[in-house]
Amino acid sequence: MKPTPFDYTAPRTLTDALALLADEERDAKVIAGGQSLIPMLNMRLARPGLLVDITRIPELGSSHVDAAGALHIGAAVRQHRAEADPAVRAGWPLLAAALAHIGHPQIRRRGTVCGSLAHHDPAAELPTAALALDASFVIAGPRGTRTVPAAEFFVATFQTAVDADEVLTEVVFPAAPGRGWAFEELARRHGDFATVGVAVVLDRAGDAVRSARIVCCGAGPVPVRLHSAEEALIGTSVAPEAVAAAVCAALAGLDPADDVHATATYRRESAAHLLARACTTAWERCS
Amino acid sequence: MTSTTPVPTSTPTVRTPPLTEPSGWHEIRLTVNGEPVTAPVESRLLLSDFLRDRLGLTGTHVGCEHGVCGACTVLLDGEPVRSCLTLAVQCEGAELRTVESLAPDDAPLTDVQRAFHECHGMQCGFCTPGFLMTTTALTDRPERPGATEVADALSGHLCRCTGYRNIRRSVGRALDETYGECAK
Ligand SMILES: Cc1cc2nc3c(=O)[nH]c(=O)nc-3n(C[C@H](O)[C@H](O)[C@H](O)COP(=O)(O)OP(=O)(O)OC[C@H]3O[C@@H](n4cnc5c(N)ncnc54)[C@H](O)[C@@H]3O)c2cc1C
Ligand code: FES
Ligand code: FES
Repeated sequence: MKPTPFDYTAPRTLTDALALLADEERDAKVIAGGQSLIPMLNMRLARPGLLVDITRIPELGSSHVDAAGALHIGAAVRQHRAEADPAVRAGWPLLAAALAHIGHPQIRRRGTVCGSLAHHDPAAELPTAALALDASFVIAGPRGTRTVPAAEFFVATFQTAVDADEVLTEVVFPAAPGRGWAFEELARRHGDFATVGVAVVLDRAGDAVRSARIVCCGAGPVPVRLHSAEEALIGTSVAPEAVAAAVCAALAGLDPADDVHATATYRRESAAHLLARACTTAWERCS
Repeated sequence: MTSTTPVPTSTPTVRTPPLTEPSGWHEIRLTVNGEPVTAPVESRLLLSDFLRDRLGLTGTHVGCEHGVCGACTVLLDGEPVRSCLTLAVQCEGAELRTVESLAPDDAPLTDVQRAFHECHGMQCGFCTPGFLMTTTALTDRPERPGATEVADALSGHLCRCTGYRNIRRSVGRALDETYGECAK
């Protein structure tokens, strides 16, 4: 339970960090909060040559809301800070709720928002919240800077669009896509990763759902967007029949695997209950 | 102070590391329990091992080394964090507090420690340093934290002995003493 030897450096600029990551001989890896990486180092599942700590780079250390109303969260912003940020709580309550499900406050004081997204555990809450909130990801590397939408960012388990020589510099949440929201999850214990989780964002026009985004975590290698369930809700006033139709549609699109934590059947049944609850809650919140 | 001090006190004495480790040494400067400390550390040294093995501050306990049990919790710049999931080299310039700082040497127990003592908030004591540090942070706020926040903070600690009831009573007592009693 001790890491293999490596070197450590904490550059003060993004340019310096990228130069270190580009040097293939050094076998460098980014460290942010370390709350996923250090357990992997302790268990020797990761054996980097050099850790590049990005949390002391001032340009990555802040979050702000821009003129268009979008929320930018830099790579060095800790989960605890984002969770407590009044702007996040007011404008992106689903994000604040998802953050509160991550481990414990002692973990969130070090873990970063971008670190959880870049790590991409399939049972993590933030990737699902990011897809539901239509976030985009700013990635800097030796080939320049690009912006990747959430639908393309999560590639596979523990794999994202960020290459080994790149840094996710910030995540951008557009002005909330709907007033109604809900984040529901089932976990063995408070603070555990989700066995399954559901994020719902709704907006209404008059008495009917105008738009919906529904995303499920713990049901596959990447967060699953449930388009058919969304379609089943749009135009309805979220009466029990509409919720039942959405749940049926969702189940047709969910194909979770069995693993040591839960069987596929248990996951599907739990997802159905969580989804029904989340749709109703989100609708109530936009009434 | 010499490095032969038998009992860990709040004042750290830096022990010389075994110079057998191959790579990645850095000198760090930080404050531990109010005392400035300068020490060469290997990059892979965990903060928990730095505190215990190099500073002799063995009050910080190590249960799991992957962030789950909370026994190793210390205050980093006033905030409770896992010392087993923090590298010593990441603490350059930081201010650390360990359980030894609560009642150094012969000083009287703090309100938090006294509450744990009086409400029987411990049995074997393995988990206790972590609970004390998290609770100390809860009593260092401008206002009394709400019940949900307290429960969330305590959920970050495992205790195999007490069944948690007396720990919750101890924490409640410590908060009452700090902020005055509240309507429950
Ligand atoms: C006890 C415990 C319980 C937990 N429970 C949960 C939970 O319920 N839900 C949950 O989602 N998570 C949970 N976590 C994980 C925690 O949230 C981590 O904080 C998070 O997954 C990673 O963020 P970090 O900043 O600590 O990243 P690090 O651990 O520093 O890095 C993780 C990985 O991402 C890479 N990386 C980090 N930042 C960047 C970046 N900006 N650009 C490119 N690559 C980057 C690193 O190279 C590394 O591979 C738990 C952790 C512990 C120890
Ligand atoms: S030893 Fe650090 S949390 Fe268990
Ligand atoms: S008192 Fe023994 S583990 Fe808590």
